[in-house]
Amino acid sequence: MFTLYKTWHPIASPFDPCKPIVEKTFSTPPNLYIGFQPPNLPQFSPQEALRAGTLWKAFYDPYYNPFEKAKGGIPR
Amino acid sequence: MWIYEKKLQYPVRVSTCNPTLAKYLVEQYGGADGELSAALRYLNQRYSIPDKVIGLLTDIGTEEFAHLEMIATMIYKLTKDATPEMMKAAGLGDHYAIHDNALYYENSSGVPWTASYIQAKGDPIADLYEDIAAEEKARATYQWIINLSDDPDLNDGLRFLREREIIHSQRFLEAVEILKDEQGKKKFF
Repeated sequence: MFTLYKTWHPIASPFDPCKPIVEKTFSTPPNLYIGFQPPNLPQFSPQEALRAGTLWKAFYDPYYNPFEKAKGGIPR
Repeated sequence: MWIYEKKLQYPVRVSTCNPTLAKYLVEQYGGADGELSAALRYLNQRYSIPDKVIGLLTDIGTEEFAHLEMIATMIYKLTKDATPEMMKAAGLGDHYAIHDNALYYENSSGVPWTASYIQAKGDPIADLYEDIAAEEKARATYQWIINLSDDPDLNDGLRFLREREIIHSQRFLEAVEILKDEQGKKKFF
């Protein structure tokens, strides 16, 4: 399944001083995939676009604090 | 020349008096990948770039000043009524000693802004790749600040600014596509 977040697994040693983070996540926003913007992409309404920060639905990729999933952070 | 509209690009709301958050946000004000660096970088590079993409640099450079103004408003609201005690507790005691509660172009560690944060190589591809990298670094900085912040109203504004970084990166990528397009190639319609 396509996702705008990718994960990787750092090496964890039994002697690590802090509790190891077994999975790290990083953002890969839509601009990395689309290339030159094709014509006739779906748009937000003007009101929605002013809030979203973009007119183009394909480029909308909001970020929420992953440490606060309970408060609307995208679980990942 | 510019025409100024006396309003912010996106409304800035701050829920709490939180100078610690201001200390983190100042990274986007006077930091290496902040909005001041971005605006000055693009508006300076545009003189020596092929004319097809000058307008893009002008537009984005101008918008970066609108972002700078939003960040300034956030920092101002977060610190304007903070007492010296609160500034000290937020790690801004040394800032207060120099600047009182004034804003200053420095990064979150208090290092003053410097022109070496920006480059102008004169090579269109090198300059545009630097701009793309700067947008991605600013996007990441917004993520880390959102992770540090517990102010939902403020995060709403930061999310908007992060989305703009994505769009700017996209447009710079398109500028590279325009410049690398083969010249003199036959066009079929």
